[in-house]
Amino acid sequence: MVKAIINSIPVEVAENTTILDAASTVGVKIPNLCKHPDLRASAACGLCVVKVKGSPKMPRACCTPVQEGMDIITHDAEIVSVRKTVVELMLSAHPNECTVCGRNANCEFRRTLSDFGIREEIFDKISPQLPIDATTGVIVLDPSKCIKCGRCVVVCQEVQNVWALSFLERGIKTRISPAGDINLADSPCVRCGQCSAHCPTGAIIEKDDTDKVWAALQNPKKHCVVQIAPAVRVTLGEHFGFEPGTNLSKKIYTALRRMGFKAVFDTNFGADLTIMEEASEFVERFVHGKSALPLITTCCPSWVDFMEKFHPDMIEHFSSAKSPHEMLGVMAKTYYAGKKGFSASDVEVVSIMPCTAKKYETHRSKEMNASGYQDVDTVLTTRELSRMIRQAGIDFANLPDEECDHILGEYTGAGTIFGATGGVMEAALRTAAYFVTKENLPKVDFENVRGLKGVKETTVTIAGKEIRIAVAHGLANVEYVINKIREAKKAGAPLPYHFVEVMACPGGCIAGGGQPYGVTDELRAKRAKGLYAEDQGLPRRCSHDNPYIQQLYKEFLDKPLSDKSHHLLHTTYTARPLYQR
Amino acid sequence: MDIDTMDVEQIRKDVDEICKPWEGRPGNLIMILHEIQNRYSYVPRRISFEVAKHLSIPLARIYEVITFYNYFKLTPPGKHIVSVCMGTACYLKGAPTLVEAMGNHLGIKPGETTPDKNFYLQVVRCLGCCGLAPVITVGQKVYSGVKPEQVPAILAEYK
Amino acid sequence: MNKEELKKIKEETLARKKKTWIRVGMATCGIAAGAQDTYFALREELKKHKLTVDIRKCGCVGKCSAEPLVEVAMEGMPTVFYHHLTKDKVPQLVETHFLKKTVWHNQTISLQDPHQLRIVLRNCGIVDPDNIKDYIALGGYAALARVLEMKPEDVIDQVKKSGLRGRGGAGFPTGLKWELTRKVPADQKYIICNGDEGDPGAYMDRGVLEGDPHAVIEGMMIAGYAIGANKGFFYIRAEYPLAVERIEKAIKQCLSNKLLGQNIMGSSFSFDIEVRLGAGAFVCGEETALIASIEGKRGYPHPRPPYPAVKGLWDKPTCINNVETLANLPPILTNGAAWFAGIGHEKSKGTKVFAVTGKVKQSGLVEVPMGTTIRDIVFNIAGGAANNKKVKAVQTGGPSGGVIPEQFFDTPVSYENLQNLGSIMGSGGMIVMDEDDSMVDITKFYLGFCVDESCGKCAPCRIGGTQMLRILNRITAGEGTLADLDKLRSISQAMQKASLCGLGQTAPNPVVSTLRYFEHEYRALIKEPAPKQ
Repeated sequence: MVKAIINSIPVEVAENTTILDAASTVGVKIPNLCKHPDLRASAACGLCVVKVKGSPKMPRACCTPVQEGMDIITHDAEIVSVRKTVVELMLSAHPNECTVCGRNANCEFRRTLSDFGIREEIFDKISPQLPIDATTGVIVLDPSKCIKCGRCVVVCQEVQNVWALSFLERGIKTRISPAGDINLADSPCVRCGQCSAHCPTGAIIEKDDTDKVWAALQNPKKHCVVQIAPAVRVTLGEHFGFEPGTNLSKKIYTALRRMGFKAVFDTNFGADLTIMEEASEFVERFVHGKSALPLITTCCPSWVDFMEKFHPDMIEHFSSAKSPHEMLGVMAKTYYAGKKGFSASDVEVVSIMPCTAKKYETHRSKEMNASGYQDVDTVLTTRELSRMIRQAGIDFANLPDEECDHILGEYTGAGTIFGATGGVMEAALRTAAYFVTKENLPKVDFENVRGLKGVKETTVTIAGKEIRIAVAHGLANVEYVINKIREAKKAGAPLPYHFVEVMACPGGCIAGGGQPYGVTDELRAKRAKGLYAEDQGLPRRCSHDNPYIQQLYKEFLDKPLSDKSHHLLHTTYTARPLYQR
Repeated sequence: MDIDTMDVEQIRKDVDEICKPWEGRPGNLIMILHEIQNRYSYVPRRISFEVAKHLSIPLARIYEVITFYNYFKLTPPGKHIVSVCMGTACYLKGAPTLVEAMGNHLGIKPGETTPDKNFYLQVVRCLGCCGLAPVITVGQKVYSGVKPEQVPAILAEYK
Repeated sequence: MNKEELKKIKEETLARKKKTWIRVGMATCGIAAGAQDTYFALREELKKHKLTVDIRKCGCVGKCSAEPLVEVAMEGMPTVFYHHLTKDKVPQLVETHFLKKTVWHNQTISLQDPHQLRIVLRNCGIVDPDNIKDYIALGGYAALARVLEMKPEDVIDQVKKSGLRGRGGAGFPTGLKWELTRKVPADQKYIICNGDEGDPGAYMDRGVLEGDPHAVIEGMMIAGYAIGANKGFFYIRAEYPLAVERIEKAIKQCLSNKLLGQNIMGSSFSFDIEVRLGAGAFVCGEETALIASIEGKRGYPHPRPPYPAVKGLWDKPTCINNVETLANLPPILTNGAAWFAGIGHEKSKGTKVFAVTGKVKQSGLVEVPMGTTIRDIVFNIAGGAANNKKVKAVQTGGPSGGVIPEQFFDTPVSYENLQNLGSIMGSGGMIVMDEDDSMVDITKFYLGFCVDESCGKCAPCRIGGTQMLRILNRITAGEGTLADLDKLRSISQAMQKASLCGLGQTAPNPVVSTLRYFEHEYRALIKEPAPKQ
């Protein structure tokens, strides 16, 4: 611990605590635009300068550790004046397009301008005019709006290890771009959208598909159905003043129904279906030795894209099961449509997802058209849904609760925990155990796979057999797991794992690239808690216990891994080049 | 040598050769880029791709470095590289007028190559010959105390 | 190699020394002026006359305006320097000096200068930079031999007592820097020689690297021994190919003479050196950016702490010393701390090398004891302004420095004095400006430099510099307003206080200092009438 003084108030903080964090303990939130709690300090914006008595310089609070005896001043006339000039300088290099910007009302830079009471532009406008890159169809890169905080680059390179985004050039010409100024779509980008979730301005935003959905809702020829992902129910509320982690699925169903969707489904049902297939696959490999172990989960499209680009040698380990919303999409256009007397082309499927990459997943391979048509027509992120709710003028906070629709709605606790890292693994283990032993585990909680540790390794015993498990989230953490597998394979050594879960985004889908802004580990924990609480409280917590899933197999699919299941619910993978150009 | 039509195998061979002396030495990227530019006069994208594979580093890292440092070029410069020193001494003694004269004579701006690919014009920061200001170089040859009216004659040596 | 072998080489080399010889100054500046042609012409001409004369090349003696410079010694004749000795003058030189045995008086130049004291440049222009034996004959590597018999702590103590401060700009005490690095426990430490001399208009380091590479290597080894590093890096600008070539050659000679490698001179000290090139980025002169560059990354500065002494190159404790700093070490360890501390002024000890350029009669490298006045340097050494113009000011410290008007020229040069005048010592660039030069224009030049060289990482420097440059462009175009002067001041303050690294923090210095002394020149360019009182 070190003792110091901040604004005349004595503080005692752990060694290596930054001045920024130390100041928060005395109620001072030092203004800054580049430091994000998820990321190391890039020290780029220069707003967080403070004074330390005895030094003529103004150190940056974000990256200066408190030292014993420091006497720190976080605000005085000179500090505020320096900060204000820096803000004015940044404004001079930023276009005045706030009214037509994707971050309009929740832009960190705009809020800072407002805080500093900037009433006129005193410097020449020197904002660059750089081309907008919307080639991914998922995220939109507008480098002219970039304030060079570096968050997206750090996320892309250090957290995700993708290196699609980088800084090119230097000085005033510095800009974010893939290597050699190619389009993002031609780069290694896996569309995880973490760049957009961390960007303080409108330089990187999700592609907006709300118009497309409004049009579909009004199309009399379409029976428009919708599904919401597990993670959306505990995050959407943040946009409407709810405590993070509050489970609002029933209000969301109501809102969607009032917006005009003919049927409101829940991706949790799809998750239960995924587990039926994936757990069966695991049992096939683990018990019956059919094809290679470990089995690696594939619910996360960014992870799939990452693997196809960076680790194609792992393809044989990938579960061929589609992700939950794709499974639900194809069921909506086949099983549900059939029951309702529609043809597949009559049904329009919209998925509300925490994720930007899901927008890409809908057309990533031909298997995503298993119904004969694109199985999921449109994906909206949580952020887009909140805008649609506001556009409709729906008073979300005061909506009554409603239930979701049969026959693709009811779900178990296993489905809902898909939204947090470790959730797919836990859900799969519950059902795999049943498939092997034909009875449910006395305790279905696997605490060891929960939580925010980057790589979680554990062993579980089912029917006297040890299953070695790894759960990784944040793509940079995957490297460790993959390398361990690769080395063991090369050496002919025993496999380090039998079953691996990977989610691209740190924390899993609850902190996906399409989720409300401002995520921190604290927020991740709260959101995850919301999901685990729901799981805890549900009467059925194992996918195979879902009566509607049982009915689906009985009436339509026959059994997990049947020919029909394979045709509709499974996909294939292929090696892809890192760079198209 | 046209990199675009070069055989992949040849490119790999070149890259192996360039990287070899730097194998296993941390922080070797910039030195390898120097070698590449010495050989090809710029850093071609096809070569960067191979270097990324060879060193197991992301291509983006290579581009971050190339575009940060003034020394590296992403497009082939002309046959003769004309550098006008813009150190302080040269500046005070009229280097800006030399840039202008060069530009006018060649019809290009600094950082550009003439259409016949004969000259590439660049402004450099101090060649360290301040006593001889203003200084220009064409290739390796240094011209000192240059006046704008001498520009046509100097360039004529390289037609 | 051991002490005895070193002594033997020294004696043998001295014994072989001929009484008749020619030295041609062949640093970059000499070669640019045609020294290479002179060198070959001399060889041809002497051969023609069947004269066997030992022709050697050497580094820069510092009189750049007189290049090509040729020093001639002949038995029974005074040793003289011939200036501007281009190849066309070679036949007459051989004819006059060697055949007629008379001095060609019109062409000689005296390099004796009572104002100068050559410690750093002691061998420049004398030693053959490509010949390690030449260096040993002049006492080279004897300091290292002594040091290897001392305890590292005692070496640090000597350097602390000498009062040597970093010659790269900020003037941090060298001994203290070493001590900080030594004290950090680590399995690996590094010493880096900062040869990224980016200040436009300064070439002290080039002069030393090209003229006396072994002195820098010996200094680096002493530093390495003192801090406990067994690996050194030279980081040299790619724009200095000759300096790189000479250092690389010198390293090879050290290796073959076992002055580098395992157990040097029979001691437990092992050391090796690698050369890494810059690639055109001024910011890489900043220590943390330099480290990033050696690591093969963009030259982005890092926040400090952690300081390089604690966490530097590849996170290992690292000491970075400038070329001139290192070249000072062998004489300090040979002659003792007291000798060095006896030279200089107040808290600035020893000498300083300046590259005096601009509108002076004789531009070149000069080395003076700290405390010499600016007036002595500009007028008595460099001869004052050419063309009977009046000297208006000097600029020191390059893009991070400021201007010093003529009325302050009697100030003795020291780190503190220059800082009090609103400039800095910097690495040693000293640009002389005469009455024709516009202070606003020169400010614009420096600012343009900083804008080009800003790494772009942090907003105050990246945008602030660009905006200041726009304002200066407006003012010099006659479109400035008085409000622009306030804007310059507020941006300067923001940049000085909120920039991350030294480059950004000091980039406004040329503006601040010219506004301090020459605001009238700004106002003269602003046509807007002054507000009524």
